[in-house]
Amino acid sequence: MAALLLLLLLAAAGPGPGRADAERERRDALQEELLLSPLPTGDVAATFQFRTRWDADLQRGSVSHYRLFPKALGRLVAALGVRELHLALTQGFWRTRYWGQPPLQAPAGAELWVWFQPTVTDVDKAWKELSNILSGIFCASLNFIDSTNTVIPTASFKPLGLANGTDHHLLRYAVLPREVVCTENLTPWKKLLPCGSKAGLAVLLKAERLFHSSYHSQAVHIRPICRDASCLAVSWELRQTLTVVFDFFSSGQGKKDWSLFKMFSRTLTDSCPLASQSKVYVDISPKNKSFPQEKELLEVSPPPTSVHEAVVQGDKKTYAVYDLLSPSLFNTSRSLNVQLKWKRPQDSSEMPIPTLHAQRYVGGYGLQTGEICTLIYNTHPYRAFPVILLETVPWYLRLYVHTLTIITKGKENKPSYIHYQPAQDRRRPHLLEMLIQLPANSVTKITIQFERALLKWTEYPPDPNHGFYVGSSVLSALVPSVTAMKDMDVEQSPLFTSLFPSSDGSSYFVRLYTEPLLVNLPTPDFSMPYNVICLTCTVVAVCYGSFYNLLTRTFHVEEPSRGGLAKRLANVIRKFRGVPPL
Amino acid sequence: MGLLSDPQCRRALARLVLRLNTPLCVLSYLSGITWFLLLPPLAPRTYLSENAMGSTMVGEGSDLGPRALALAREFGGHKRKAGGMPVQWLEQTMFQLGLEVHRQPFARTLPFPDEAHERYLVRGTNVFGVLRAPRSASTEALLLLVPCSEGSKNNQAVGLLLALASYCRGQIYWAKDLIFLVTEHDLVGTQAWLEAYHDVNLTDISSGGLPGRAGAIQAALALELSTDVVTSVDVAVEGLNGQLPNLDLLNLFHSFCQKNGLLCTFQGKLPPPEGPSGPGYTQSLRTLGLMVLGQAGGGPGGAHGLFLRFRIEALTLRGINSFRQHKFDLGALGRTLEGMFRKLNNLLERLHQSYFLYLLPSLSRFVSIGSYAPVLALLLLTPRGFLYLVPPVLVSGAAGTALYLLPVRGQAVATQHFPVGEAEAVVLTLIGIYVAGMALPHSTHRALSGGGQRGWMSLKLVALLALALLLTCLALLNFSLGFLLGVTLVPPAAAVRPGGNRLPLAVLLVLTTPGVTLFLAVLVERELLEAPAGLGEAWQRYLGALGQGLLQEHLHGAHLSPLLALGAYPCWLLLWNVLFWK
Repeated sequence: MAALLLLLLLAAAGPGPGRADAERERRDALQEELLLSPLPTGDVAATFQFRTRWDADLQRGSVSHYRLFPKALGRLVAALGVRELHLALTQGFWRTRYWGQPPLQAPAGAELWVWFQPTVTDVDKAWKELSNILSGIFCASLNFIDSTNTVIPTASFKPLGLANGTDHHLLRYAVLPREVVCTENLTPWKKLLPCGSKAGLAVLLKAERLFHSSYHSQAVHIRPICRDASCLAVSWELRQTLTVVFDFFSSGQGKKDWSLFKMFSRTLTDSCPLASQSKVYVDISPKNKSFPQEKELLEVSPPPTSVHEAVVQGDKKTYAVYDLLSPSLFNTSRSLNVQLKWKRPQDSSEMPIPTLHAQRYVGGYGLQTGEICTLIYNTHPYRAFPVILLETVPWYLRLYVHTLTIITKGKENKPSYIHYQPAQDRRRPHLLEMLIQLPANSVTKITIQFERALLKWTEYPPDPNHGFYVGSSVLSALVPSVTAMKDMDVEQSPLFTSLFPSSDGSSYFVRLYTEPLLVNLPTPDFSMPYNVICLTCTVVAVCYGSFYNLLTRTFHVEEPSRGGLAKRLANVIRKFRGVPPL
Repeated sequence: MGLLSDPQCRRALARLVLRLNTPLCVLSYLSGITWFLLLPPLAPRTYLSENAMGSTMVGEGSDLGPRALALAREFGGHKRKAGGMPVQWLEQTMFQLGLEVHRQPFARTLPFPDEAHERYLVRGTNVFGVLRAPRSASTEALLLLVPCSEGSKNNQAVGLLLALASYCRGQIYWAKDLIFLVTEHDLVGTQAWLEAYHDVNLTDISSGGLPGRAGAIQAALALELSTDVVTSVDVAVEGLNGQLPNLDLLNLFHSFCQKNGLLCTFQGKLPPPEGPSGPGYTQSLRTLGLMVLGQAGGGPGGAHGLFLRFRIEALTLRGINSFRQHKFDLGALGRTLEGMFRKLNNLLERLHQSYFLYLLPSLSRFVSIGSYAPVLALLLLTPRGFLYLVPPVLVSGAAGTALYLLPVRGQAVATQHFPVGEAEAVVLTLIGIYVAGMALPHSTHRALSGGGQRGWMSLKLVALLALALLLTCLALLNFSLGFLLGVTLVPPAAAVRPGGNRLPLAVLLVLTTPGVTLFLAVLVERELLEAPAGLGEAWQRYLGALGQGLLQEHLHGAHLSPLLALGAYPCWLLLWNVLFWK
């Protein structure tokens, strides 16, 4: 807290709002970058990253003039005391087992997690307000975020930016797995870019092509970072990322060659004039590390400006780099259409298996009980590592915690940390966080049984027979890398390597999301037969009741009694006399 | 109500009912039978209830015929070479088609050798490929199943499956994953796959887990092409324990048959001519009768039958050579499958709109539960100091339990002491215990002390109550079985009484015992199929049916044999006891 105050003071001592424009220009910068990586299955992933960095402190409220940083988001951060904001809208599922580790994965649907400033007193209120405003900005159904799908994770989500103190009560996390992402979400996202989609890499963002793909994920990350190496002042960073996976199998008749034009039906003509860096990276690392000569197999054209080697996620990668700012690139031709050709058809069905991947499904059948099973694979040949599993389950699946079993290699695996918060009906979901040690070369199976609740009839959504979604569970791990990594200068390395802090050279951080689940609850038949059944049952019950009553009762004919009080008196007297009553 | 609460009226009413008891019983029984016979002409036409499948028209663009034939030939060659299922080749082919391929080995030891299929220790491998729908998170799936049978029987179906997979891979409109599954050993393989998919173990199958899944399966189609020349497609609906798929799935198939000009049959019968006519009525009644017999049998009518337990709507399509002039190529069948999958792909919810409880006199007409339920109600209306009753009830129950447990448990003992095979031993033990049960009255009447006139009446009362309970439950679960048992068991149950001339009653009772009913059912089925069997052949089929019934219970968890052994048989023994009451 004290350190933060110090930072704030230092920031306040910096240049005030009345300085010259030239200085202001120097203080914010845009870097844009496109990473094209062929995936082991033959698909191609394209990751755009736009990073706007602003050497000003948004929290101070003194900022009134916005240049590159979008004003809508900047004001939001200042007004609601947001320290860090991560929003991802995703359509599809990143198949880690086949596509490898993604630079940045997101769960299917909408995901929002936010760290608030310690100065915020009512975090829940700020969270509600924030989700409603974001819902308006991104045209997404984020306003459906309420207490029934919000959780406060204790271990899984640490601040990615500058932070002192990680009191998790300032954190809120929510996933909407049913959210459908479409062009209406893409347009506002594009409008946040300084060049819009008019120039630079953003020219390629044509909705028609982006949604003709296997996977589409767009995200916004806002975080405070160190202004320089000494870290005495705060800068704010906005990262807009967009990942698309193009399926070249179906469109290319089995040929895996691709080009920018084939993917986006556009080519690059210039860089964004506001950008200080504009690069295209193409992953040309050999697929099979044991045969380095395979590099010769593929060919990129035009020849790249430079070749960059980096260690990304424990793997040595080679990138062909096209710097759009270098004048030589557009000398020969007016536009840049990066192409990749395979000299020989790939026929190997041997695919590299990522060190950490997972699978999740619902076990059992019937509408009463079920089982959520998660399989976590550690394929590292000799290193064990721990993983944090975060499971959020809606309240209408009633988890039986005593049935939680974690089995690795046939033996029970005791988690070293467990945080469980039971659900409250109609108020909050189950939250289960566990730290599990994954032995080398093993599969860990985590199962927990649940019972399906019968909802009130007004609580069923439209199309109740579609089923109810259970959001992805989150796996966070520091995966030991096979190749040693060296610490790189964060400012110099490609953008896609630098969002997650790497702790040391021997391991790298991975966050994975599992599949969302679709669970059927017992659903009444909301149709005419349902009404008929209700009515018939009522009629039958009434008829049966009265008939049964009549049939089992024995009737006696009772003589009408004559004389009221007098007769009773007489009988009392007769009783005393020992004479039978009248 | 006044009628019942007035003692005089009530007494008169009771007297009337008692006096008219026999005519009323006969009338009710006869009207039940008549109602059933009137079902076919009064059945309404089927209609598609699900809007998502009805209003959206899909065009089928595939021409899979030549491709399917080529793949089938290739598959046949590899199958001959491998001497079973060519797992390697299938995996490679599916991978080349762009599917995500997995295999699942399984093994199962049958409780006793299955003579019909000549197998005891079953070991096999299922292969399946998943077509991942673009931009979907694998929450829902559709399934196409082809059993890889002995010989070259189903080769064309496998060819068609592969060709269809290849065609579908190139399409972009899929919203649900498609699973293409080839199972080995027919139903055993299917059961193994389904249990592994849902991570349950219902029967004692040992199988490897599934490395890949695709969420909740919404619908499944099983395809069997027993000949190379397909002239008509027969559709099977009856599932395990008399469960039926949603009628909309059948309607969907029917509408595509009409669209693509396929000749489709139900229960091997052509659609009866329209309009009221003698032959039309006979044919509808035959079809209805076959369906009732098939459903009452409780076995899966095809590979699809095992899916229904897991709430997956499923059908089996059988291409047969009925030696008609009209022959169609695989392309038409391929288009039908494609169209059905496309419409199922459009589904927003699970199939739930249409009927689950129905009988079919033809593909285009259906009898809903509202029409057929009164039949059983009328049949059930017909009939209607206790410590000394405990012995016969207990003994009958024990006989039933022995009938249920001993044949399979005692097979080892039986084969040691008698020169018979294991399968024979099981069936013969079954019959032996069954017949031995009939001697019970002679041994139990000694244990019964007194009771006299009232004794047999109360025993009969208990028997009737048990029977009524059994039939009422069956009426809800499996109408066909309930109907058959009701038709046969009700008259003797009403008529049975000790004393007088016992012989005709004894004959009647023996004729209606569940065992004999099964024998008669075998005869009637051959008759309905217009291929009457002689006594000898019928006896062989009867023995086979007994063995299969027991096997089905152990392999798939069919309820028929425990129901008969533990429910119907003890009930019948009680009646038998009543007859020989002293």
